[in-house]
Amino acid sequence: MTDTLDTPSVRGDHDAKEHHGPSDMQFVTIFFILAGITAIEVAVSYIDIGPFFLPVLLGLMVVKFFTVVLYFMHIKFDNKLFGRLFYIGLGLAVFVYAAALSTFQFFAG
Amino acid sequence: MSESLITDTVKDAVEIVKDHANDVHEHDVHAGDDHSAVHGGHHTSLGLSNTKLAMWLFLGSECLLFGGLISTYMLYRNRHSENLGPDQLWDIPFTSATSFVLLTSSLTMVLAVSAANRKDLRNTKIYLGVTALLGGLFLAGQIYEFTVFYREGLGFTTSLFSSSFFTLTGFHGVHVSIGIIMLVAMIAMLSKEKVSGDDAEAVEMVGLYWHFVDVVWIIIFTLVYLIPA
Repeated sequence: MTDTLDTPSVRGDHDAKEHHGPSDMQFVTIFFILAGITAIEVAVSYIDIGPFFLPVLLGLMVVKFFTVVLYFMHIKFDNKLFGRLFYIGLGLAVFVYAAALSTFQFFAG
Repeated sequence: MSESLITDTVKDAVEIVKDHANDVHEHDVHAGDDHSAVHGGHHTSLGLSNTKLAMWLFLGSECLLFGGLISTYMLYRNRHSENLGPDQLWDIPFTSATSFVLLTSSLTMVLAVSAANRKDLRNTKIYLGVTALLGGLFLAGQIYEFTVFYREGLGFTTSLFSSSFFTLTGFHGVHVSIGIIMLVAMIAMLSKEKVSGDDAEAVEMVGLYWHFVDVVWIIIFTLVYLIPA
């Protein structure tokens, strides 16, 4: 019994992809970095760091977000068009809802 | 002037459609006995996978869905009674543990994709199975959390805070559930060799969806649980 994915239609971009991107060990390393950041996030939520609380938590969140998107979702190593499609949706969401929340904040005042 | 421009554009469009039709016909003839090559992983004129392009477009649109839900929660997070707010209800150690479980499932998912690219069917199925199990564990944690909140008196219609919280985390839970169904279906399809087209690409598509569910939770965990109202 062969334990392989015997598919005849492996395409060019997949052939190319096999030789790019992190190895399994690098994925494990990235996972431990993400787990470490999560631990720091939780620790920060328990200790008083004054005005740095919000920027630090938001910064760590952004670092985790883009680490997963760039490495686990392979955007860093894939065709740029895929990333652009995602970033357009993400950017539009951030812009539209930041504007909406700012409007509510403005009129609440 | 403008009429000739329109005419030229229409002519060009017709040429492109004819060329494409010829390409598809030739591909069908040459593919012949290679059924999976015809039906799986059609590529665009850019040489990219249609499936992958569609998945990224879908994930981009999902950002707007979750953006709306997160914004609604941010807007109503303070609209609750004094004794039924985040400060009284959140169990950060428990939610941190479930977040860690989901993060671990992202690792097993990326290892499944890696194994699929190596054409290692056995490890692909094992990693997919572990990912589904971890997803199930996360979901069980979320259901337990919802049950605790409900027993404390926080129903869906108790306050604007509760409605927006349950809607946001509930939608995320539904996405996790769909992801688990996709993972289990993928294992079954790989076992029965029912995947049309490129197996590795199919696993990668499930992986993209799963990682997206994880990145959404990264945002929810910080904005909803860690940052107090």
